[in-house]
Amino acid sequence: MRQFEVPAYAAVSDTGFIFLGNSGETFNLNEIGKEIFDLIRLKRNTEEVFKEILENYEVDRQTFERDFEDFINRLLSYGLIKEI
Amino acid sequence: MENKKRYERPVVLKQFSGFMNKFGSRPTTATRTEVDGIPVNELVEKYGSPLFVISERKIRENQRRANRIFKTRYPKVQFAWSYKTNYLNAVCSIFHQEGSWAEVVSGFEYDKARSLGVKGEHIIFNGPDKDKPALRRAISEGSKIHIDHFDELYDIIEIAAELDKKAIVAIRVNMDTGIYPKWDRFGFNYENGEAKQALRRIMTSPGLKLTGLHTHIGTYMMSVDAYKLAADKMVELAGWLKKEYDHILDYIDLGGGFPSNNTLNGQYLPAEQILPTLEQFADAITTSLLELPYPKDELPVLFLETGRALIDDAAHLISTVLAMKRLSDGRRAMIIDAGVNLLFTKFWYKHQITPAQDGGMMTEETAIYGPLCMNIDVMAESITLPVMKKGDKVVIDYVGAYDMTQWMQFIQMRPNVVMIMEDKSIELVREAESLEYLATNEKLPEKLRNFKI
Ligand SMILES: Cc1ncc(COP(=O)(O)O)c(C=O)c1O
Repeated sequence: MRQFEVPAYAAVSDTGFIFLGNSGETFNLNEIGKEIFDLIRLKRNTEEVFKEILENYEVDRQTFERDFEDFINRLLSYGLIKEI
Repeated sequence: MENKKRYERPVVLKQFSGFMNKFGSRPTTATRTEVDGIPVNELVEKYGSPLFVISERKIRENQRRANRIFKTRYPKVQFAWSYKTNYLNAVCSIFHQEGSWAEVVSGFEYDKARSLGVKGEHIIFNGPDKDKPALRRAISEGSKIHIDHFDELYDIIEIAAELDKKAIVAIRVNMDTGIYPKWDRFGFNYENGEAKQALRRIMTSPGLKLTGLHTHIGTYMMSVDAYKLAADKMVELAGWLKKEYDHILDYIDLGGGFPSNNTLNGQYLPAEQILPTLEQFADAITTSLLELPYPKDELPVLFLETGRALIDDAAHLISTVLAMKRLSDGRRAMIIDAGVNLLFTKFWYKHQITPAQDGGMMTEETAIYGPLCMNIDVMAESITLPVMKKGDKVVIDYVGAYDMTQWMQFIQMRPNVVMIMEDKSIELVREAESLEYLATNEKLPEKLRNFKI
């Protein structure tokens, strides 16, 4: 189980648009990406994120695990989240 | 359970400000769930993936349109289907049903046309490689032999004498049409007088009957002027034959070469925005031919050996996503089950590749690789696609020309080819290859048959 946080300088709009105040970079999230990002912002750990998504989306655990891993790696490399 | 939302992989995309998406003039949400009216999923379920799909309707439409365009500009026009462009029996037969002759460039292609029921007299025999048995057959069956070089000319003189039969011949002429690089390796050169020298030799050979002149100035030609120049030079040669020998030709053959709507690698604008239309090519050629100093009722037939322009857009390749992955720099990559083994024209063209299922609004720059364990197997360096996953399908367009002949049996075997008939029934026109098929011609020496590891 892992835990991440969103840095204070990241501003997120309702439509999934992210603005990084420290660098001026901007990003877009798709709907489910936005949902996961919000959960992380609310300090949910990965197990809680999994539970939430698997309950609400037509996806099996294995598929989601693979996609989630990739998504988290992207967010980390863009500096949009940090592992704590 | 039924209230669950449709799943799409989570995506985050970095926005690059300052420039517009340089790849996409097409809407990135475009999908293609059907091919010629048949659902992609249905085709794959029945015939597997990858799968070539050919449209009978489209081939006929293309040939009829080309006939119309040329026949409304010039009284006598005859198309000959360029076998090497696509010589699946089903494809050739459609062209023959539409009235086209066969244009072949080897003994094997010649035999193929004959086995489909094309008479020798309706075969144009081109190319630098016509061996003696093939020439013997072509001469005795009265096909039109387009001579490529002097060595062939002498072979024909010899065989005609041996068979005591007149060989029906034309020469292939190469010329400067302002195109670079010059195509001067096929046939006899116009500018340096070699063409006339060959014609003289033919006119003084009792065993040969000169019926035409042939040129094929290149392929995927984007210049109307080049055809005008070529036709002018053919008209000059025909005029010279008339003046010198009072000889009237049955036909002038301007070969193939009109471009298809595929976009070339490195070409920035989509093909349909920069290519001349078939009407423009037809105008250039026919206005020139009408200048011939012939009695009007004796105008030669205009032969055309159009290949890619008649078939490219009549075939599609359906392929399945095998895996999604990341490259070391974070870029998206997708592996699909069709590679350059099936799509030889990848080395030429930037094919249109379209997802076969709805994706979300989000798009990603994606590199597409084929299934071969080889670095050359790149299907697209970078293309804008919606979020895709393993098992999704894509449709690759404009794969009718030169792919189903130049495909290779390399690492993978060649897949099924189906034809969607005019009544929307589906016919398997080439069955997927099997290990038995591959083994048919192999011989394993006795001493190599056993081993212990
Ligand atoms: C002699 C000859 N005729 C016709 C063709 C068909 O050409 P295209 O497919 O460019 O129309 C070719 C192909 O290069 C050819 O070599």
